Amino acid sequence: MIEIKNLKKSFGPKNVLNGVNLSVKEGEVTTVIGSSGTGKSTLIKCIIRLLEPDAGQIIVKGKDITHIKDELELANLRRNFGYLFQEGALFDSLTVGENVTFGLKYLTKTPPSQYAKIAREKLALVGLKGIENLKPSELSGGMKKRVSLARVLATEPKVILYDEPTSGLDPIMSQIINELILDLKKKLGVTSIVITHDMRSAFEISDTLVMLYGGKVELAAKAADFKNTQNPYVKQFIEGSSIGPIRPF
Amino acid sequence: MFKTLGKLILDFLNQLGQASEMVASCIFWLMRAPLEFKQTVLQTTRIGVDSFAVATMTSLFTGMVLALQAGTTMRNILSEPLYIGTIVGFSLVRELGPVLTAFVVAGRAGAAITAEIGTMKVTEQIDALHTLGTNPIRYLVIPRIIAFMIAIPVLTLCANFSGMFGGYLVSTQSLAVSSWVYYEDITTFLGVDDVMHGFIKSFCFAFMIAVVCCYKGLNTYGGAEGVGRATTKAVVASMVLILVMDYFLTAILQSIGI
Ligand SMILES: Nc1ncnc2c1ncn2[C@@H]1O[C@H](COP(=O)(O)OP(=O)(O)O)[C@@H](O)[C@H]1O
Ligand SMILES: [Mg+2]
Repeated sequence: MIEIKNLKKSFGPKNVLNGVNLSVKEGEVTTVIGSSGTGKSTLIKCIIRLLEPDAGQIIVKGKDITHIKDELELANLRRNFGYLFQEGALFDSLTVGENVTFGLKYLTKTPPSQYAKIAREKLALVGLKGIENLKPSELSGGMKKRVSLARVLATEPKVILYDEPTSGLDPIMSQIINELILDLKKKLGVTSIVITHDMRSAFEISDTLVMLYGGKVELAAKAADFKNTQNPYVKQFIEGSSIGPIRPF
Repeated sequence: MFKTLGKLILDFLNQLGQASEMVASCIFWLMRAPLEFKQTVLQTTRIGVDSFAVATMTSLFTGMVLALQAGTTMRNILSEPLYIGTIVGFSLVRELGPVLTAFVVAGRAGAAITAEIGTMKVTEQIDALHTLGTNPIRYLVIPRIIAFMIAIPVLTLCANFSGMFGGYLVSTQSLAVSSWVYYEDITTFLGVDDVMHGFIKSFCFAFMIAVVCCYKGLNTYGGAEGVGRATTKAVVASMVLILVMDYFLTAILQSIGI
């Protein structure tokens, strides 16, 4: 469903993505792992074109979206996607309830009388209750993350890009989010790309795992193959060892 | 020396180009999508309420000092405080009302919107607008431009009255001009074209401040420090541009007889 070919992106002199090749299948959960700063967020931002790639191709459902410039066409592309921001990116001038239902006005034809009900439902999905009238500044980091996820779920997108959905959450809440991701796949056939640092949940939820290293895909494989790989980079990363070919300094 | 100057000019032209692109984008979305009515009303009242007190206070004292200066000068030259109302009225309506109000609003509301939009930029809220089916032009910029173009002329009007009232206080209390004379001095000479002159300036300033402050906000980078930098730049740029525009607008308006 999403084909990425030889994707390159740099910021000034800094080459972040250096020829990424990746294929994401419809209805699957694809997890992207890799050290901080390797360009995981940059990759998924290119996919919904918050960033424009320098070179290469991104093809979504057979349509080349790499260099679309027209704002209306871009808006139409993004209609299919939900994007969970790493830091939540809640609108701090609006209440939690208004945040959750924000996209409904622009992406759906839901009558406003339904908004309160939808906000309640989606917040319940992420384990939150009775906070619709609070402002984001009154929430903890983990709560913001979950409200942000509720905002993504509200418009019921077919493809969801999660940027570290469980970072900053306690183990129980992380598990609830993992189950939610699997539930969306099973019940609604949602396609997901998940960035995570949590290897245990990565193996639990993924159909395919992808490791980014040095601006390229080091390994992309089914979960079982990924676990048993002999690739020294991937092995070191999965085991979380400080000894190996990956040198952070 | 020439190199830095050249770079400055290129930089300015580049930003002017990008700001024009933003305005073009505003026109595009104004035609393609319904106006964010609620946001527009919210912003208009916010700007109006925020800046009302300081705008009227500023011009109250400006009117007072104008009357005092004009009064003493007239007394020295003509040994009588003549035409105080005319001098105060003209200066305020054609020049000081629009300029001072624009200054005050740029420092107050202009800084606030750059800081707000800048913070939204560095915390990815602007990106979030894109992913939720709208965009910053439609949701943030258009409502603010319209809000400024409504609020600033209204505030200018209030400031003009408040300034003339300040002039009235000084004229009647310390210069011994009768209220009737002060009033006559204003109404006999001040015409519709003078009021138009002030209003046209006011609209132009409002548009410019909104564009500059939104543009600087949307182009913020570099965390909290970046927000501070963008805000300062937006206010300084607005203030300089107000004075530059004021000269050229006066020249143009006078040449067409307004
Ligand atoms: N807007 C930007 N401007 C400049 N550099 C950026 C920008 N966004 C990301 N980068 C740089 O690109 C690299 C990859 O960032 P990111 O994709 O956020 O990494 P990850 O999500 O894998 O931790 C980082 O080194 C970061 O400094
Ligand atoms: Mg990241």
